[in-house]
Amino acid sequence: MEKQIHIEPVTRIEGHAKITVFLDDAGDVRDAQFHVTELRGFEKFCEGRTLWEMPGLTARICGICPVSHILASAKACDEILAVRVPETAVLLRRLMNLGQMVQSHALSFYYLSAPDFLLGWDADPATRNVVGLVAENPELARKGIRLRAFGQGIIDRLGGKRIHPAWAVPGGVNRSLAAEDRRWILDNLPEAMDTIRTTLDLFRRSFDCEARGMLGEFTSMYMGLVGPDGRWEHYDGLIRIVDQDGSIVVEGHDPSRYFDIIVEASAPWTYLKFPHYEPMGFPDGMYRVGPLGRVNVCESFGTPEADAELEAFRAEASRCSGKVFDYHYTRLLEILASLERIRRLLDDGRILSPRVRAEAGVNQLEGVGIHEAPRGTLIHHYQVDENGLIERANFIVSTGHNNLGMNRAVAEIAKMYIHKGNVTEGMLNRIEGGIRAYDPCLSCSVHAVGQMPIVLHVVDAEGRLLRTVSKE
Amino acid sequence: MDKVRVATVWFSGCAGCHMSLLDIDETLIDLLDRIQFFNSPLTDLKSFPEDGVDVTLIEGAIANEEHLEIARRAREKSGIVIAMGDCAVTGNVPALRNGMSPDRMIEAIYGTEATTNGALPYEVVPRLLDRVRPVHEVIPVDYFLHGCPPPPGLIAKAILALLDGVEPQLSGQDLKFG
Repeated sequence: MEKQIHIEPVTRIEGHAKITVFLDDAGDVRDAQFHVTELRGFEKFCEGRTLWEMPGLTARICGICPVSHILASAKACDEILAVRVPETAVLLRRLMNLGQMVQSHALSFYYLSAPDFLLGWDADPATRNVVGLVAENPELARKGIRLRAFGQGIIDRLGGKRIHPAWAVPGGVNRSLAAEDRRWILDNLPEAMDTIRTTLDLFRRSFDCEARGMLGEFTSMYMGLVGPDGRWEHYDGLIRIVDQDGSIVVEGHDPSRYFDIIVEASAPWTYLKFPHYEPMGFPDGMYRVGPLGRVNVCESFGTPEADAELEAFRAEASRCSGKVFDYHYTRLLEILASLERIRRLLDDGRILSPRVRAEAGVNQLEGVGIHEAPRGTLIHHYQVDENGLIERANFIVSTGHNNLGMNRAVAEIAKMYIHKGNVTEGMLNRIEGGIRAYDPCLSCSVHAVGQMPIVLHVVDAEGRLLRTVSKE
Repeated sequence: MDKVRVATVWFSGCAGCHMSLLDIDETLIDLLDRIQFFNSPLTDLKSFPEDGVDVTLIEGAIANEEHLEIARRAREKSGIVIAMGDCAVTGNVPALRNGMSPDRMIEAIYGTEATTNGALPYEVVPRLLDRVRPVHEVIPVDYFLHGCPPPPGLIAKAILALLDGVEPQLSGQDLKFG
């Protein structure tokens, strides 16, 4: 008789989700599903809005990475204006995206996931959170809070607001960087560098290659944008897809033609769609994005410290890591690379130029904006009428690309830990931990968010309640 | 002194108000001497404690059946309910779908025109309400924090006033939407 275990909601993630684990007659795991439980419908209600509103409106898809949507939207609108964005505006957009990479990755690591590894997977659920981390390791907690604040500070200095800054606009940005703000970022960089070095050191000492298999390991393809020579890229670049060994599957694909290779499927039990690589079909066309995806597709970071770290990471694992837990490792590597790049941008003599915006009207009726958000490749695709009103909007968000990967992860982890119907709270937390590793942003992914009580009901095939396990 | 018991929930929104709460940065560490977090997306406590909480901060609008149920539970279990941010206060961006039928929206987003297999999400996931509503349309709300998101200083000011047992005095810029 088949039984189901429900985990709801998944906590310490950004958004509303639950998990169902299916057990067979012997109480072993047959499969698992990750359900995203909210939908807001941005694709539909953006229709009829003006393109000028789109960066501000789509920022509200997500308060954790609003900059991602602001930039993807502005880039799609740049195409519709058919202008060349001034080079300083591009540098500033890059700077803000890197600031966001730092704050978002810091949120994921220190606030949401670190309690699992620093307090323990089986620690008391009442204290297994950032508050518990403050009590247990105040120094690290404070460093993490300050690192996130640094990333948010860059966004604030550029855009005048930490969350939903009205700053990037079609054709560029609406304000240049002030010399004193450049100074502030430079003055605070060393502390941020120190924090990430300390954290990477602690992480490596705590988890060797074998320990990092704790959240499962499986093969898939990986996708991300890369720059010249296959360098790690976050703002421009071309689409690259590699297989589990790092061999090229797709190289140099024009991002504005994303629909040639990526299509979406849907399922009755989740609001989150399943993007996949079209030639291999659904679900075989699974690829993963985000920190692990970007690190697996790139040849190098292009900055010295991050490249030394990348070499150490690859020496220990292989060209591509399939370990879910390595999302955390690669997230830390990306913070380091972002900080090094921030430094490089601030040293560029063009960064303070006041020429930051190209003015134009509607010159093309279609535009695709694509870049790397913290959680992976983000795509905004608009079609407008002659007046610049949106006729069709399509968003493929970072977390969506990982939907197949997250579903696979929960099934793998459930199989690793649940046997003969024996279930503990700690096991369920590990399954949730698999989701946390991907750092999904469900606000983004279905353009939605939420939270609910976690109670696990073990029910039989007729729906009779056999057992209840509460997370409290 | 007993710590003030605080819960936070999020409904239909973008998590930005919770991020703005975290944007008080290190003030959070100081606050922890005076407050204790119960159920929240930031903790692993997934439901309201039986003996309730003193304050619940609600982010987001009421958009599906699950939100409605949790909002009612929040009211029942909380001394003070605060609508945090424009989505909770007015419906804001999520309410832009009002006027559109949820079924038509689902068909347009997941149907065969939009996906390879056209499977429509009607199982397991909570049903969408016909209309997205601000929180005070479904439960009584004690305080409203405006802003998209409310600035961290505003959130801190309201919490600190309540901790001191006084009515938060909000005026001028504090009342600005957006």
